[in-house]
Amino acid sequence: MRLHEYQAKQVFADAGIPTPASTLAETVDDAVAAAEDIGYPVAIKAQVHVGGRGKAGGIKLAEDAEEAREYADDILGMDLKGYEVDRVLVEEAVDFENELYVGVTMDRGEGEPVAMVSTRGGVNIEEVAEEDPDAIAREHIDPAFGMHPYQARKVVYEAGVDRAVANDVASVLQTLYQIWDDRDGSDAEINPLMITADDEVVAADAVFNVDSDALFRQPEIQEMEEEASGGDELEQKADEYGFDYVRLDGNVGIIGNGAGLVMTTLDLVDHFGGSPANFLDVGGGAKAQRIANALDMVFSDDNVDSVVFNIFGGITRGDEVAEGINQALEQFDEIPKPVTVRLAGTNAEEGMEILNEDLVTVEHTLEDAVQRAVEYAQEVDA
Amino acid sequence: MSVLVDEDTRVVVQGITGGEGKFHTEQMLEYGTNVVAGAVPGRGGQEVAGVPVYDTVHEAAREEDANASVVFVPPAFAGDALFEALDSPVDLVVAITEGIPTQDMARVKRKLRETDTHLVGPNCPGVITPGVAKLGILPGNIFSEGDVGLVSRSGTLTYQVVDDLTSRGIGQTTAIGIGGDPIIGTSFIDALELFENDPDTKAVVMCGEIGGEDEENAAQYIAEHMDTPVAGFIAGRTAPPGKRMGHAGAIVSGSGTGTAESKIDALNDAGVPVGDTPEEVAEHVEDLL
Repeated sequence: MRLHEYQAKQVFADAGIPTPASTLAETVDDAVAAAEDIGYPVAIKAQVHVGGRGKAGGIKLAEDAEEAREYADDILGMDLKGYEVDRVLVEEAVDFENELYVGVTMDRGEGEPVAMVSTRGGVNIEEVAEEDPDAIAREHIDPAFGMHPYQARKVVYEAGVDRAVANDVASVLQTLYQIWDDRDGSDAEINPLMITADDEVVAADAVFNVDSDALFRQPEIQEMEEEASGGDELEQKADEYGFDYVRLDGNVGIIGNGAGLVMTTLDLVDHFGGSPANFLDVGGGAKAQRIANALDMVFSDDNVDSVVFNIFGGITRGDEVAEGINQALEQFDEIPKPVTVRLAGTNAEEGMEILNEDLVTVEHTLEDAVQRAVEYAQEVDA
Repeated sequence: MSVLVDEDTRVVVQGITGGEGKFHTEQMLEYGTNVVAGAVPGRGGQEVAGVPVYDTVHEAAREEDANASVVFVPPAFAGDALFEALDSPVDLVVAITEGIPTQDMARVKRKLRETDTHLVGPNCPGVITPGVAKLGILPGNIFSEGDVGLVSRSGTLTYQVVDDLTSRGIGQTTAIGIGGDPIIGTSFIDALELFENDPDTKAVVMCGEIGGEDEENAAQYIAEHMDTPVAGFIAGRTAPPGKRMGHAGAIVSGSGTGTAESKIDALNDAGVPVGDTPEEVAEHVEDLL
């Protein structure tokens, strides 16, 4: 899960990383009042989970109260790449000489944390990583020992950071690693870390993503997540039901068990000339109610013209799945969209016997089921 | 012959008193797996499905000569359970648990480097040598004895491909579900090496998916070190960049590596035919044998 900038900054500031003075505001009046308190110039920054906010018009620099009012009014309520902005961070604009990138993430290839520093801060670091990987100094950290101070210094010197601020930057990096380690971070980044004319370091932006699987032991982060919720309506519904769900732009709804098999079903829909409307993994061991919830989700997507179930039971039982499908469909006088079902594996035969064939189309192989669902969708389209 | 699991595998089930632990212990016993003990703190002295339960894995290994562990412990305690198994020690640990925090797995992986134990998983269906034993949750009835090795990041995709193999009369030496998490014990390369060194494995199927670079690395390993032919499958060709598809690993960053295309290209360059559908993979295997 991803924290908003203002939340990440709070976490970083609490641990001792210098951040600019700032206040969160939900109305234009509050934003102007905050700007008056902080003193001009201030940056007014949209708090949404969108990269490239500045370019998209979500960050503006106000020199006085009039501009603060105008920009806060522009940004609050604006649609930023599909996200409505309902909060802005009003922040002291830092006068800087240089910008650095500082980050900690998990190197999944190595299975080890890695700390990174670059003097090419203030820009899209992914682009730097691709165009000029040597411009980012990296140091792997042994998770059994954590980051030694010498490692923080080493990576800072290797990056070519100005000697006058090297110790302070190393200290920021060490704190960032500690936060990442203590709070189950997946990515912790400061970009840019600004260097002022007086050789002060200040975290002007903050990114903190936390491992969703570890939220059970991070109650404070979990509270922040609840506060930060937002996004696609169907994806929110999926969160409530506890599904892995991704909305796509096609018209064949797909429900299956296991990420690899569901992705394969998507690929087959494409292979047979159709277009997937979603990825929906009901997970392992789904019971009847869960199957009914999955159907509810896919039916409530207006783009869906046809639905295919692909279940290969291991831990999941075919009879439970069949019961869920029957239960969900029996509520309708008329089935809203044709449903094709393929059941294999544990208790598949029992499932096939239970399944109400007046309500669904049964196919016995994966290929046949997908082809049939694609045909149904094409009929609706035609 | 087989890899990882054979007649001498003596299994301790960690978390045997939980719902899944109990159910799958019964399933494993029914399949013929030699489950010799359970291990659950505070439950020593009990019995589950006729299997004696101990408080610690050390005790189970000592009293029952267990040399393998299957872990059904909930995610919050699974990292600790894996350390316990590695420390006991057993030769093989199969971690079924889904949702173990990544940093816990980084520490487990670090410990693993100091041991000779094979860790399979976590978030995996397990390992099966058809007709001999299964460690995990795989449905035994779809597998058949034969000479094809299988390694896969996805559980249900494993079942689909095995079903296509078995229905063509192609049996398996061993199938290994390595799991879809960002940090796992046994990698594709580890599994491929085991199959390459197994004289009875005549061909290998490797099922990958988008995300990470493990398939690209495996392709390089195949080109440089393998005589046994390999057929492949990659799930997620249609996945849009930047979206996470269930498995933590299955996210396409948008850069050159990690996409289905880069994985398929790398495998093709290594001489590995890649099927467009699971059925096509089985056809490729038929040609390779």
